Amino acid sequence: MTATTDVSANQPVLIDVSALALLFETLREQGYTVVGPTVRDGAVVTAVLDSADQLPYGVGVETEAGRYRLRDRADRAAFAHSAGPQSWKNVLLPARTRRWSADRSPDGTMVVSGPDEPRRYALLGVRACDLAAIGVLDRVLAGGRHTDPVYAGRRDGNLIIAVECTEPGATCFCASMGTGPQCGAGFDLAMTELVDDDGHRFLVRAGTPAGAGILAALPGRPAGPASVGQARDAVAAAAARMGRTMPAVNLPGLLAANRQSPHWDDVASRCLTCGNCTMVCPTCFCTSTEDVTDLTGDHAERWQRWASCFDLDFSYLHGGSVRTSGQARYRQWISHKLGTWHDQFGMSGCVGCGRCIAWCPAGIDLTQEVDALAAAAAVTS
Amino acid sequence: MTAPLLTRVARLPFASGFEPAQLRRLCATGRSAAYRPGERIFTEGGAADRFWLIENGRVALDLRVPGRGDQVIETLATGAVLGWSWLHPPYRWQFGCETRGPVDTVMFDAAAVRELCDADPAFGYAMLRRFVPVITGRLHATRLRLLDLYAAPAAKARP
Amino acid sequence: MSTSLASRVTGAELPLPYRVIARHADTDDTVTLELAYETAPLPAFAPGQFAMLTAYGIGEVPISLSGLPAPHETARRLTHTLRAVGAVTRALHAAGPGTVIGVRGPFGTTWDVPSAAGHDVVVVAGGIGLAPVRPIVQAVLAERDRYGEVVLLVGARTPADLLYRDDLDRWAAAGVQVGVTVDRPAEGWNGHVGVVPALVASARFRPGRSVGFVCGPEVMMRFTARALTDRGVPASRVRVSLERNMRCGAGWCGHCQLGPLLLCRDGPVVDYARAEPLLDVREL
Repeated sequence: MTATTDVSANQPVLIDVSALALLFETLREQGYTVVGPTVRDGAVVTAVLDSADQLPYGVGVETEAGRYRLRDRADRAAFAHSAGPQSWKNVLLPARTRRWSADRSPDGTMVVSGPDEPRRYALLGVRACDLAAIGVLDRVLAGGRHTDPVYAGRRDGNLIIAVECTEPGATCFCASMGTGPQCGAGFDLAMTELVDDDGHRFLVRAGTPAGAGILAALPGRPAGPASVGQARDAVAAAAARMGRTMPAVNLPGLLAANRQSPHWDDVASRCLTCGNCTMVCPTCFCTSTEDVTDLTGDHAERWQRWASCFDLDFSYLHGGSVRTSGQARYRQWISHKLGTWHDQFGMSGCVGCGRCIAWCPAGIDLTQEVDALAAAAAVTS
Repeated sequence: MTAPLLTRVARLPFASGFEPAQLRRLCATGRSAAYRPGERIFTEGGAADRFWLIENGRVALDLRVPGRGDQVIETLATGAVLGWSWLHPPYRWQFGCETRGPVDTVMFDAAAVRELCDADPAFGYAMLRRFVPVITGRLHATRLRLLDLYAAPAAKARP
Repeated sequence: MSTSLASRVTGAELPLPYRVIARHADTDDTVTLELAYETAPLPAFAPGQFAMLTAYGIGEVPISLSGLPAPHETARRLTHTLRAVGAVTRALHAAGPGTVIGVRGPFGTTWDVPSAAGHDVVVVAGGIGLAPVRPIVQAVLAERDRYGEVVLLVGARTPADLLYRDDLDRWAAAGVQVGVTVDRPAEGWNGHVGVVPALVASARFRPGRSVGFVCGPEVMMRFTARALTDRGVPASRVRVSLERNMRCGAGWCGHCQLGPLLLCRDGPVVDYARAEPLLDVREL
């Protein structure tokens, strides 16, 4: 492997699609486990990938409220799909994971050992919205007084290869959340995929020395102004093609002022409280734990799994749940996501990926619910 | 207890909001009454012909329950108003009352106070304004106790 | 990421083994456990904070600190009082001396007792809520000169459910105005009968120069806070200890939200001016 490109000046570089194979090889040599998009079960999912061949070449996605379908594309673009049912949460905060295990010694004491030694992950194909979501998880799970060792263990040493979005879906609204589609910071490498008569290639820029080191190992050529402009235009066009827009209102203020709004009854008449939105949301971080033992009782483990504020059990307190009605549970979810998240973490919990809209079996669209809540508030005020 | 009755009554929470002239008229119907520990102040079913402001000490309201003796319903302490059955017919005590230790009170003649109320609706209204919060306060406390807040949670409770 | 996220250890991560060195049965269903660390101590706990106690293999529960070590005792000893109501608390309740349990913490906000210096201290507790306020009284009595009147009002279901009877006698002898009331008197009970907020009216303290500390069932705290503010204590100087479903203690699991508050982090101790509008919303 030879460094074919001088990236010391951090100039954008063009690599051909064929260089993705070398990218995988380089990442593996450096000890990374590559996680990226691939097609499985009729969806583009996030999975550990062995080779660049597993990327979803030529796969597009159609989304709408309550709808997600793969479609064939006319080209062989690998990253021309909007958000799927999974996010990087599935890697960094898995749906089920062991927090610790403990063994009882003969004198009765317990020796507790921490989470399993994590792998070093290279996250390939991270969208701007999902990059923002990782930033949110960092703030929630590792940015406060206590750092979650399970999350931190999986997050430490990540290499993030972002791919800017040029194919937003009908449920996307990152532009109105200020998170995308261009990638600002937080990546090691950022790529923009270009497919046209000039070939299938990526404009790549490094965000960190680690990214620059990877890039230096790839056969690339300096990107001319035409390619840079083409990439910039493609991302700008994506920003203009968002299928949804979050209303430009003071969301924390609106939600805090409308805790008693009759609109919650309306949402609750449609909401199935299934919790799909919380599962697909890239920032929904809530978890529950369960302790288990082996048959001797000398070996104990604590397992963590995703929890949802739509579960009745979620707010359990002294023999009952605090939030029993669907109204209260939907209000909790959206109020937290768009409102009280600011109080708790100084940022929004929503990044505008649109997953909760596409994967809601009832097609509930939070941008519309905000619209309706604002309208109802305007009428009654 | 050497201070004039009016001064003593004016110090109690019950007096707040009364006009001085009204308070003077009320106090004209009252006198000091001290009770020994364990003394019965009134008995369930007895004639409700007076009421008290507790200046010091504690009393217990009770109810006779066959086989269980006098069951204490509630205790009232310094600053409390004791007795409101004199406000409406049949002017009979619904509960009994016994002291818990020495108790100093100002005791009022219910018939005289009722006459004052009948003669001067403004005075009567002022009296009601003092008594209704006492009654609602006791009602709220009773409702709170109905919840049995300190009971162990239901058996399905975890964790 | 170049820096290690996991570089800090705060006591939140793994349950550390602590051994039960004393167990005192307070009532039929409530015990106070004295715990001593096995390998390493957790950071010091302050009154109001809580620990997550693990019964190995069964689960974990949040339990407030219920006692300060006496001056001659090891400072890193922990005292927790718990009531057997579920699988985990039943296991912890049954833990005799020598049993090793797991402890994480300290978590949450404190009662901030020192900030009440120069004020009258009015402590009101209902039921097991006496446990988290016990360290307040101990801290105040340890520096008695710094505080004005000290009032402790306690509500219990029955006389037999009353916690820390020896302490209450000792504190009364030390000049604390102790008022105890029960919902259901038993034979021989000569004390108050009624709800604990009702005792607020006749307690001696200067409302404008008092700090209120309230712990008990949420409804009891609402009525008590109202009784205190009715007497003129500002809501911002009434502190309540709120409870929601605390599962991790560290702000990671999301269960204990009350509107803008993550109660394991922003609580459990919250001033009533902040808590009241949140408690007023049904199912928040």
